[in-house]
Amino acid sequence: MEIGNPIPVACEAPMTEAVAFPQDRTCPYHPPTAYRPLRESRPLSRVTLYDGRSVWVVTGHATARRLLSDQRLSTDSTNAAFPLPTERFAAVRSRRRAALLGVDDPEHNAQRRMLIPSFTLKRTADLRPRIRRTVDELIDAMVEQGPPAELVSAFALPVPSIVICDLLGVPYADHHFFEEQSRRLLRGPAAEDIEDAREQLEGYLGDLVERKRDKPGEGVIDDLVAQQLAHGRLDKQELIAMATILLVAGHETTANMISLGTFTLLQHPEQWAELKADPELMPAAVEELLRFLSIADGMLRVATEDIETDGVTIRADEGVIFSTSVINRDTSAYPEPDRLDWHRSARHHVAFGFGIHQCLGQNLARAEMEIALGTLFERLPGLRLAAPPEEIPFKPGDTIQGMLELPVAW
Amino acid sequence: MDILIDKTVCIGAGQCALTAPDVFTQDDDGFSELLPGREDGAGSPLVREAARACPVSAIKVAP
Repeated sequence: MEIGNPIPVACEAPMTEAVAFPQDRTCPYHPPTAYRPLRESRPLSRVTLYDGRSVWVVTGHATARRLLSDQRLSTDSTNAAFPLPTERFAAVRSRRRAALLGVDDPEHNAQRRMLIPSFTLKRTADLRPRIRRTVDELIDAMVEQGPPAELVSAFALPVPSIVICDLLGVPYADHHFFEEQSRRLLRGPAAEDIEDAREQLEGYLGDLVERKRDKPGEGVIDDLVAQQLAHGRLDKQELIAMATILLVAGHETTANMISLGTFTLLQHPEQWAELKADPELMPAAVEELLRFLSIADGMLRVATEDIETDGVTIRADEGVIFSTSVINRDTSAYPEPDRLDWHRSARHHVAFGFGIHQCLGQNLARAEMEIALGTLFERLPGLRLAAPPEEIPFKPGDTIQGMLELPVAW
Repeated sequence: MDILIDKTVCIGAGQCALTAPDVFTQDDDGFSELLPGREDGAGSPLVREAARACPVSAIKVAP
């Protein structure tokens, strides 16, 4: 992999041949080279799913912001026309009781409003000392045992896992269980994995809800039990579905940003040196990493009505996918988009989505990334990869992007 | 400068307060509100950026 270079240009693909979606990245921090034709046919084009179905893919920044705000695009995955990226998700579609993502307004709005107070900037700021303590303890343990260390299991995963447990009121002692079920839920490999992982997680969280009914503690789930479930504003199944997405999304996504963010920084020594020299750049760096890495690459919607946009008509029941990695490298929004640059304004990227479903935990995620990456580089200034970069495994294209392992030394 | 916040549309993402913290904050329920004394935007060049950062266009700025 060449450091900091733009993605190699693939051979010209004839426009009549739709690109397959999703595809694996060739470099863990760049969009798949096979998406090159999508970058050249903004703001939207067609892609082919695993089952041969043709759907729209949105690739232009302005169009993405407009359509992600358009309530004629639904996130209801029980809709038979909903585009599913892999066979394993298609196999379990109809059994799904969703919350937040997967539910449209007005139901979605009622659910989200119950959670907003727990994820404000102020609540997030209050968590910073706790995040810093967690980060320091994990680095202490790494230093005691190493070098080398495997950064995903020693650091990138436990940081958000401990923090979300604290916030939700889930015992961290159970982390091996829910981390493993989250992995199966998101990456399978088989349809049975998804189904079984969901059942196990829902069973576990259902028991937790019962325990909290008897003996309330402190946490978002405790609050939902006391303030919503007890007053009949939420039924137990809905609460469990909400707790599931909060727990899974609350640790998997940020863990991937920490692991992939670290890998990316280690592959960009100039940018890393700049950050070490001026830690005040950290918030801007996190925003740029969010844009650059776009780990949730493929936000799924289905049209419920015909939508006219950019001279084409998205028909009712057509699938629409937002490729965030391509959208966030739209040259009309970000000059030289393949360059990692702390001094650009990365603001207005769609890494957290846009519209009513924009990530609820985004402010928490920003705080975790700032503290985790900032402290890691402050305390281990000699951090380096402990294996050749091309040999370090990363996640396939059909799930949230990140490193599978990250061997490091210092 | 007139700044209007539609709290029925606001989803509490906090992007306004993140972008222009000298003008916007979040109330106890997490919804956007203007800081006391900054209702006119206090000349901040970031007010329009904050409105643009809102994922649900809950903030209108005039003129």
